[in-house]
Amino acid sequence: MMFECWQLKQLFEEGNDVNIFVLMKRTFDTEEKISIVNGKINEEGAEFIINPYDEYAIEEAIQVRDKHGGEVTVVTVGSEEAEKELRTALAMGCDKAVLINIDDDVEEQDQYTTAKVLAEYLKDKNPDLILAGNVAIDGGSGQVGPRVAELLGIPYVTTITKLDIADGGKVTVVRDVEGDEEIIETSLPLLVTAQQGLNEPRYPSLPGIMKAKKKPLDELELDDLDLDEEDVEAKTKTIEVFLPPKREAGKILQGEIADQVKELVQLLRSEAKVV
Amino acid sequence: MARKVLTLAEVRDGSLRNVSFEAIAAAKTIAEGGEVVSVLVGDQVQAHANELIYRGADRVVVIEHPNLKFYTSDGYSQALKAVIDKEQPEGIVFGHTALGKDLSPKLAIKLDAGLISDVIAVEEAGGNIVFTRPIYSGKAFEKKIVTDGIIFATVRPNNIAPLERDESRSGSVEALAVEIKDLRAIVKEVVRKTAEGVDLTEAKVIVAGGRGVKSAEGFKPLKELAEVLGGAVGASRGACDAGYCDYSLQIGQTGKVVTPDLYIACGISGAIQHLAGMSNSKVIVAINKDPEANIFKVADYGIVGDLFEVVPLLTEEFKKLKVHS
Repeated sequence: MMFECWQLKQLFEEGNDVNIFVLMKRTFDTEEKISIVNGKINEEGAEFIINPYDEYAIEEAIQVRDKHGGEVTVVTVGSEEAEKELRTALAMGCDKAVLINIDDDVEEQDQYTTAKVLAEYLKDKNPDLILAGNVAIDGGSGQVGPRVAELLGIPYVTTITKLDIADGGKVTVVRDVEGDEEIIETSLPLLVTAQQGLNEPRYPSLPGIMKAKKKPLDELELDDLDLDEEDVEAKTKTIEVFLPPKREAGKILQGEIADQVKELVQLLRSEAKVV
Repeated sequence: MARKVLTLAEVRDGSLRNVSFEAIAAAKTIAEGGEVVSVLVGDQVQAHANELIYRGADRVVVIEHPNLKFYTSDGYSQALKAVIDKEQPEGIVFGHTALGKDLSPKLAIKLDAGLISDVIAVEEAGGNIVFTRPIYSGKAFEKKIVTDGIIFATVRPNNIAPLERDESRSGSVEALAVEIKDLRAIVKEVVRKTAEGVDLTEAKVIVAGGRGVKSAEGFKPLKELAEVLGGAVGASRGACDAGYCDYSLQIGQTGKVVTPDLYIACGISGAIQHLAGMSNSKVIVAINKDPEANIFKVADYGIVGDLFEVVPLLTEEFKKLKVHS
């Protein structure tokens, strides 16, 4: 008895479909000028973007799906405005998007809150692979990915620069450890967080943008997740936000280069006292 | 209120990382007179225990196991959870290093706790332990407190001054036996890519190159300067994108955030992306051919000139200084 080649291929692919989720954050573009109004970062008229590290996660998710089959769902915890970034992710190639809006229900939020909400959403979705950025450029805590993995009881690897999924769910990951590389073997289900260098995120194509408009984008609230405000109450609190003292432009040295160099060394030694 | 505070010591290439001592200093502030217990985790690390006492720890707990030779979140969290269960601390401090960043959120979940990451200062104020940390890629700062549960924080290397080393200090060193098993992710191999030791985030001096370095070969004079100063070499995104160096050297909004005592920017224009990663350095020197380059706006000292002329001269000058001192 012989299988036709295409039948075998189809069997294989169906058996290997990967159920993929990407955890995304809409962030303030920190390349913008930052000011403080009423004790908070002024968001008026600011540019918002997909957190750059999450773009790597989205790109990797799409590549894994295109190679192994499956579906990519991009999830965010945020306000209604995050719909724009979710649509961008759909335009890049994600299949579905979910916006979990808890702003009306939860006043004080921190990483504990976000992770609890995401884990609660994911727990009955049978994720094979969850991807996230290794850190968000606004809050900069890098906690949410590992927290979600731990809440779901699955392993995680952070700051990855390469991901290989073999048949049968064996996974080889390259992890960036302060510039060195660790080659790690693990298995699905798995959560990974993306480091720069993982891939080159694509720009949404025009057909992609058109298609994205028709792709499903669900909006959920705390009630839909069977969570109460007390379950996700923040454990930490921000009591003050401030800007660093403005750096004054310093001294541009003058004269022959060789003399400038001598002067610089003297200044570093006697004035700045750093060498 | 006196608290018992645990710190995690980190060993790298056979020696304790400085951030281990900085964590002890932060823990002292949090402890408010209580006990600071440092935890040493690994395979054959006991020899470092006394040094932690000299640096301010009151006690050291050592957990050794062959499965702890390489860091894994599963292995290390089993070790740390065992100490925490035994010691019942009210505070925990890790370094905000690759290891600390990876491990701390997992433990925070196990302890049902909050976590304040990437702290650059800690103080007691108004009855609270207040943590300062950079946000928005270092363009702003926030002060945070823990409102519920254990006080758990990670401290950014090179920001909190360690306590003075004192060899007359003594304290007990205890071994704790913990079974480390069921590792779900295994480190098969470690590929060293960073050169000769000095870690970017912990370096006191960084010599960084941008597009102006023009090639991989062009980094050579920068490496020589860094070597003389006992520092590390970094790069701007432009230099990394151009393929002159590895992304592991990138400093900026994406890449590493560094706060050395001395930052020497060579052929770096000073894009906002780059400034986000280095503008909190204590002293900044800029070397650039373009007098209009943005980097001069944040530099304490600037030389307008060709880096290939200036940098070797600078290296020579520092060499002379070393001979004389």
